This record gives sequence, structure tokens and C-alpha cells, in this order.
Amino acid sequence: MYEGAVQDLIDELGRLPGVGPKSAQRIAFHLLAADPVDVRRLVTALTEVKERVRFCSVCGNVTEEEQCKICRDPRRDVAVICVVEEPKDVVAIEKTREFHGRYHVLGGAISPIEGIGPDDLRIRELMSRLADDTITELILATDPNLEGEATATYLARLVKPMNIRVTRLASGLPVGGDLEYADEVTLGRAFEGRRLLDV
Amino acid sequence: MRRRLRRRFEPYILPRQNRAICEDPARLGKDGAAATGLMSLRGENGRVPLYRDEAVVLRTQKLGEADRIVTLLTRRHGRVRAVAKGVRRTASRFGARVEPFSHVDLLMYEGRELDVVTQAETIEPYGERIASDYGRYTAGTAVLETAERLTAEEREPSLRLFLLVVGALRALAEETHTPSLVLDAFILRAMSISGYEPALDSCSRCGAVGPHRFFAVAAGGMVCAEHRPGGAVTVSPAATALLVALLDGDWTVADAGEPRTQREVSGLVAAYLQWQLERGLRSLRLVERG
Ligand SMILES: [Zn+2]
Ligand SMILES: [Zn+2]
Repeated sequence: MYEGAVQDLIDELGRLPGVGPKSAQRIAFHLLAADPVDVRRLVTALTEVKERVRFCSVCGNVTEEEQCKICRDPRRDVAVICVVEEPKDVVAIEKTREFHGRYHVLGGAISPIEGIGPDDLRIRELMSRLADDTITELILATDPNLEGEATATYLARLVKPMNIRVTRLASGLPVGGDLEYADEVTLGRAFEGRRLLDV
Repeated sequence: MRRRLRRRFEPYILPRQNRAICEDPARLGKDGAAATGLMSLRGENGRVPLYRDEAVVLRTQKLGEADRIVTLLTRRHGRVRAVAKGVRRTASRFGARVEPFSHVDLLMYEGRELDVVTQAETIEPYGERIASDYGRYTAGTAVLETAERLTAEEREPSLRLFLLVVGALRALAEETHTPSLVLDAFILRAMSISGYEPALDSCSRCGAVGPHRFFAVAAGGMVCAEHRPGGAVTVSPAATALLVALLDGDWTVADAGEPRTQREVSGLVAAYLQWQLERGLRSLRLVERG
């Protein structure tokens, strides 16, 4: 245990995902030794991300405007929506350059054991987007793990009565992983090989 | 009388010392092979740290960049928490094998706080079938959470509970019965083998032989008119019969139950379970009822 401010910093860093007590200590002492200008830049970045960044009113992606860059882009295909769990999945798919439609960020996956049900995700917002006749295809790109599959199954059933083609990312992605860890080639191939989801 | 379950760790928060262990590569080994090597060295000192067991994966939690902590209900070692290294990476050796619902054959070594999975072979991949239907998925998740909560202590073997979980998952995957009925039967029987069998045929207070018309969670099941406490609910004869059938595993009777009766029974079973566990089951309110 260290005194006062140093320990406070270690505790705060230790709360971050993937940072254990040893890493927290290492980062804390790195910051302590760093140039004050560098530290101030980090502080500014942290403050600004909380002050400026919000969620796109259309798709739920992170943005600094009312709508995100993708939703504002007139060249994007308005007839296709790709459903993902997290904003970082949007970034992963954008890197493939395979997809030219728009996104819908759910904010997670249905996980009953964590108490997360359909009402806790941005599913109602998705349904109101689909009520518009312009959407002809819904691509379900939730993580290729159990919760992602179950979420896709739930959405496919919900959308079934509507006249919308529902597809699911399939080949190339190993089951049990997270979408964000797939390489661009694999993810690109999965996009080409999407399949109809029949429930 | 109501028996209190000992509260255990909040499973979503990893205690500090666990994190330290997971971060220490010398303890974990870089991969399965290194881990095995490390542990066989220790084995020469008289310990038998490597063990093999069958298990059902109850829950997985992300750990660090690419690992998961898996909560397992094993056949011989009870509930065990273990680290599965690298499973979230695309080139993972385990991949889908350590997903919830999977019935697997595992090679593990004992850690101080968390064990480490070094090899995993699939026995039955129930997850795929269960997750392909939302009703099965929500009922199945409640089966897993109930099993986790009823095993109050880690490493306390319960073969009967293990077999009950495997049976429930098989029934869900093979679509032999309505998912919510499979769940209700599982809850009733799992509670019974854990020492919370509800009184159904006779009054839980005086033992008078029924059938009775009232059910009181606090009293431990059905009660006669005389011993009916405040808060007891009136139960239809059909629901009483269905409760008995589910507890006895009489599926001919259970499958013939009216949807209305099934809903009544589901409500009673859920209330009884939640009362005994004190802290509610997260997944129960999300179970899709027919
Ligand atoms: Zn947007
Ligand atoms: Zn009585």
C-alpha cells in the first residue's frame, strides 16, 4: 500500500478492464515520472471524451454530433442495417470496407444470467427504424458466441413478420470468440458468406 | 423451516488475489503445454494437481484481453471456477467448447484460487441447439443459474445435481418438452436434492394428508385450510397435480397440462425458489413462458 494520491490512482486504474493490480501500479509510476505536459494531455482527453462524446440518436454509435458520421453520410445505403453489439464492432466492420449500409448498435447482447433482457438493449429503437419501408435487409452481426447467437435468434424472430431479409454473419468466424478479435480478412469473408436466418 | 444459504462471492467481481494469479504467467503457464510441464514438476513433490473431470459450463466471464473465467459444475468436484486462456481469440484451442451449456471433458490443474483449463473436449454441444430458440435459451439459462446458486460452496461434489443439469439440458436441446416445464421440473427436483423439497401431498405444517388448496412459500409448500398463513395463495387442483407430476418426473401427466395450469405452476415454482434463495435469480424474469 502506498500513501494518499498514489494509492488512489492505483485503485482507479485497477478498476479499468484488463488492468490488474500489478499493471495499475506500473502505469501509476509511469505517470508519476512522466512530463507534466503529457499527463495534462491525457487528463484533457479523458475530460473531453466524457463531455463531448454521446450516442448517435439514430444508430447508437459514439459521436460528437446529434448523429454519427455514418448516419450523416448520404452515400451510405439506407436500405441495409447492420446490427452490432458495441461501437467497437462498427469500427471493426468499417475496416473491412465490405459494408456500405448503416449500423444499429444494441449496446450489448441478451444475457439472462447477467439480468440483461431485450428491454435493456436498443431493440425498441431498432424496431422503430424498421417500421419505415426503406429498410429491405437486416444483417445480424452480433458476436459469434452463445449470447450473440441467442440475440440474433431473438431479433430474427421479432423481424420475421416484417417484409425484411434477415441475414447473419456466418462462415469464417469461430464460435465462442468476440467479433472485435477477428482479423479483417476473416471478417470480410464472413460478410460475403452471410446466410438467411430461419426461425 | 427455512434454511439459509450461505452467501458466497458476488460472482461478477473478481477478488484481487485472483487477478494477481491470472496475471502471473509463471503460475498460469503460457499455454496448455507449458502449464502441463510446470504442473508435472510440482507433481513430483507429491501433489496431484492435474485432474480430469466432466463438466457443464454454467457461466463465462471475460477476463483481461482474451481470456475467460468459466464457472463449471463438474461431475466429481462440484462447482469449480477456472481460467480458460485465450478462448476469445480467433485461433483459440477451446473456442466454443467452453461456452455456457457445453457438456465437456476437461483436463485442469488446480490453482490457489482459480483452476486452469488445459484441455477441453466436447461431449455434447448443447449450447448450439439451445441458443437457436429464445424460449429454450432463457429456460436453459435459468437452469444454469439455479444450479450455480444451489451449489453454495465450491468443490462440494453433487453428482445428483450434475446429472439433473445434464438431463435438463438434454431435454431442452432435444425439444422433448415445453422449455418452461423442463425448467420447472428441474427447479423442483434440484431444490429437493438440496434439502428444500416442497410439501405437496400433505400440509407442510401439520402433515395432514391432502390434497390441499393453499400454497405458502414461507411454510415450505402446500398447507391445509387451518394452517394457512397470511400470504398463502389458492392453488387449483390441476396445478397441484402438475406440481406433483413435475417433481416425480411423470411427463405423461406434465405434458398434458393446460397452458393456464403451466403458468400457474411456473409462478409458484419461481416464488418458492426465490424465497429459498433470498436473492432473486436474474434470469428468471426473462424466461419466456408459453
Ligand atoms: Zn449513427
Ligand atoms: Zn395443517
